[in-house]
Amino acid sequence: MIDYHALAPELILGGTLVVVLVLDVLPVPKWYTAVAGLTGLVAAAVPLLSLALLESDDRFMFGDSYVVDDFALVLKGLFIVTGFIALLLSVSYVESDRYYQGEFYFLLLSSVLGAVVMASARDLITIFIGLELVSAPGFLLAGWRKGDARSNEAALKYFVIGVLSAAILAFGMSLVYGVTGEVTFSGIAAASVGLSDEPVMILAVLFVLGGFGFKVAAVPFHFWAPDTYEGAPTPVAAYLSVGSKAAGFVGLLTMCYLAFSGLRDIWGPAIWILAALSMTIGNLIALRQTNVIRLLGYSSIAHGGFILVPFAMAASFDAIELGDAFSATVTYLLIYAFMNMGAFAVAMAIARKVGSVEMDQWSGLFTYAPGLATLQAVFFFSLAGIPPFAGWFAKFVMFRAVLGDSGNTWGVVLAVIAAINAVVAFFYYAKIIKASWMDPVPESVATQDAKRIELAPTLGLAMGITAIAVVAVGILPQLLAFFGDAARAIALGG
Amino acid sequence: MGWFDSGWGLSLTVFLPLVGAAVVMLIPRAQEQLVKQAALAFALASFAASVLVGFRFDYGVSGFQLDTNLSWISAINSNFHVGVDGISLPMLILSTLITVLAIIYSWNHWPEPHNPKAFLVLILLLATGMAGTFVALDLVLFFIFFELVLLPMYFMIGIWGDRTRIKLAVFNREVETRLYAAIKFFLFTLFGSAFMLLGFIALNARGGSFDIVELSEMGRAGVFAGSFGFWVFAALFIGFAVKVPMWPFHTWLPDAHTAAPTVGSVLLAAILLKLGSYGFIRISLPILPEEAQNWAPAIAILAVIAIIYGSLACLAQTDMKRLIAFSSVGHMGFVMLGIATLTEVGINAAVIGMVAHGVITGMLFFLAGSMQHRYHTREMARLGGNLKLMPILGGMLGFTAMASLGLPGLAGFWGEFMALFGSFNPLDGLSLGVFRTAMVIGAIGTILTAGYMLWMLQKVNLGEPNAEWSGKEFHDVDRYEWFAWAPLLVGIVAIGVFPKIVFGATDGTVEALVRTAFGG
Repeated sequence: MIDYHALAPELILGGTLVVVLVLDVLPVPKWYTAVAGLTGLVAAAVPLLSLALLESDDRFMFGDSYVVDDFALVLKGLFIVTGFIALLLSVSYVESDRYYQGEFYFLLLSSVLGAVVMASARDLITIFIGLELVSAPGFLLAGWRKGDARSNEAALKYFVIGVLSAAILAFGMSLVYGVTGEVTFSGIAAASVGLSDEPVMILAVLFVLGGFGFKVAAVPFHFWAPDTYEGAPTPVAAYLSVGSKAAGFVGLLTMCYLAFSGLRDIWGPAIWILAALSMTIGNLIALRQTNVIRLLGYSSIAHGGFILVPFAMAASFDAIELGDAFSATVTYLLIYAFMNMGAFAVAMAIARKVGSVEMDQWSGLFTYAPGLATLQAVFFFSLAGIPPFAGWFAKFVMFRAVLGDSGNTWGVVLAVIAAINAVVAFFYYAKIIKASWMDPVPESVATQDAKRIELAPTLGLAMGITAIAVVAVGILPQLLAFFGDAARAIALGG
Repeated sequence: MGWFDSGWGLSLTVFLPLVGAAVVMLIPRAQEQLVKQAALAFALASFAASVLVGFRFDYGVSGFQLDTNLSWISAINSNFHVGVDGISLPMLILSTLITVLAIIYSWNHWPEPHNPKAFLVLILLLATGMAGTFVALDLVLFFIFFELVLLPMYFMIGIWGDRTRIKLAVFNREVETRLYAAIKFFLFTLFGSAFMLLGFIALNARGGSFDIVELSEMGRAGVFAGSFGFWVFAALFIGFAVKVPMWPFHTWLPDAHTAAPTVGSVLLAAILLKLGSYGFIRISLPILPEEAQNWAPAIAILAVIAIIYGSLACLAQTDMKRLIAFSSVGHMGFVMLGIATLTEVGINAAVIGMVAHGVITGMLFFLAGSMQHRYHTREMARLGGNLKLMPILGGMLGFTAMASLGLPGLAGFWGEFMALFGSFNPLDGLSLGVFRTAMVIGAIGTILTAGYMLWMLQKVNLGEPNAEWSGKEFHDVDRYEWFAWAPLLVGIVAIGVFPKIVFGATDGTVEALVRTAFGG
């Protein structure tokens, strides 16, 4: 007996994929495919809402390897919204490049479908397939601009690293299966009790962490990310730095909390190190960037570190603190998704006006495009965690989760590292703001032309949605409370 | 007036400027008059609301009044809890007043690159942040307002600030002063407030609440005693000390004050610095009373260093605005000395010192700005004979400088005198040796203060005008300047002659604070 209501989002997305492909070969205008994709994403969100609001029971399917609970619904929602915004950003971009539009949307939607599957996956095989479904279209999308050597480099790097990380992950998973003889997370959790001193198990956990580490671009598995983001088409970079990254985090979260719940002594300290390194190194390299997209690449590495912070003290947490940590991670992911998508959107808009993503070419933007400059300030200050924009709440819950175990020196040390990093990060975000608000317009930018260039309405819509979300959540973070609580439940149960 | 007393009064005071900012943003940039009128209207409305709060306030009662407590972020158990007591009321009214004066002064004194609309939006945002910090009774809310002032001030300094270029020795390159000062201001303050936030979260982890009133009760009961309290106090100390600024965290101040446009300097000096000392009185002392006693000698020593260092640094300045900026370091040293005594006298001194410094130094920065507007220089060597060229403006400068050096009968006297008086007799248990030494050194500081202020007056006001100004016409104080300055001048005399204007509000509250927190 298949629960069609619970599977409706996936089924609708799958159907949308087919529709997009078919529309692409029919003699209709190409923008039909984009509209079909956007409609499909909206339609897929409807059953999410009905599941969240009408049904209170969690649904277990296929021998408990596919679960639809509040946590899964929240993340599915996150992926669908991210996909929607990425698609909005893509429309004007792909149109202007005149490359295979239909295929582009098809691949993007496939990747979103993979992420949606991952949110529910509760066994090794499903989560692996979900992750590959996220990544494989990403390889193609990164290399979309075939004529551009940078785009080729981006795709190749992403592909090689992606395959490598998949191999590492699969190896780790095979060790897990070898030791425990189970594939479902609940089975592994039950079978791995007391195994935290077993060398093979330690190796298995570390391999799994490494595999996901590449996906989330945590230092030292990060070096592909800036090159890939810079070379890939900007909407794809936006999607990779938010959607695909979030999918990696979901895999990491569910594996750690559900499958390795008895092995917190192994993964807790390892994640402490990953978090500290990612924040510090990501930020330090970001300081030196002049290309805004590369800067966003390094900043997303640093944000990956911040997202990992709440996990780091898991080894010493009790059930309530685990719930806080889990909810902090999910809250951070949600806020990060909106502000980073917004930052990419505004970068695309400005790049369209001034024809460059080099920071010095953005100088004086405020004098001829004050609206865009204001939006830019909103998103970049939100990324820096400055109130009243949503980023402050993300940082706040992160600090709160890691200090929840106050008195634990390691937790305090990590919090201090994070605090200093938050200040460092402000410096490079402020560099961009300084250029566009305080520096004079460079001679190479013709402001009259820039003023005349109209922005695509889809781009405006994407910026509008993200800006409203960033400001509204910043002032009333309670709007996110439901999502945080939904996430809390899983850690308490698991 | 029930609605006004149950939270609406304070909410209007805090959020009217924010609404004003939104309204101003919607007015097209070309309609400059309308932009200015709208901004002034909202600032005046906020000021009126704060004055009305002052009338509704019951001066015979200590504790928070006109308060409201609404659920805000229930996920982290943080509430929209606002209220005023005798310590925050004077600061609240001062902040709304200075905002109004800043807008009036700006009416026809626009720093380059003009753009009144953006400038006024920033002033209004700043007003919300300042007023909000003084009424917030929830740590998270306090943090939000405390941070909210950073962005507008950053843009104000960075866009309208001083465009002369300076050479940065450390980085070996040349930048415009405004850019350097803006980012330095932001990074210093952000660094402090990041640690302050960690302290807040740690308090919540132990006490299970972000409410300042509840946490104060727990603090009294000794919930935060021990090494936990020590580290939390240290974290809060970094946050507030950078903002005050206390020596050695003060280095952002002379740069920011000098580079900021006139109105920016006024707001920085008059209000923003007080957020730090206010934080000590509102949060550190009542919540961590034991640690406050442990830290008090250290704070007193740093305060005295700031007094002497600030005065000596003033004597080394050639730039009039920078001199006034350094004088703030010294004056805030007196405020911190008062707080460190942990006595009624000392804390009363701190509050009146904060108000007086706001009025006096705000006025000094207005005057320095107007002089720069006319002479296009702030070099004291080139000025001189100002009293002959502009008798009214020069007279005001002399008067305000006298107030600043603590002349009895003017506002500056009480804060300095009572801080020294308080440190003669600090809270029982505090080292008498440290505080009496601090008193003696502080007294020497008052002499130095008189010294540099008179020195500045002599250079700027007295003597014959420099040859380069001969034959030039200077217009004396204009209408807008009169409007903006008259309240401050009246305030300087009024507080000096009749300090009860401030003490009437603070006395009961400070007495209750000292009694409950320190049993003194």
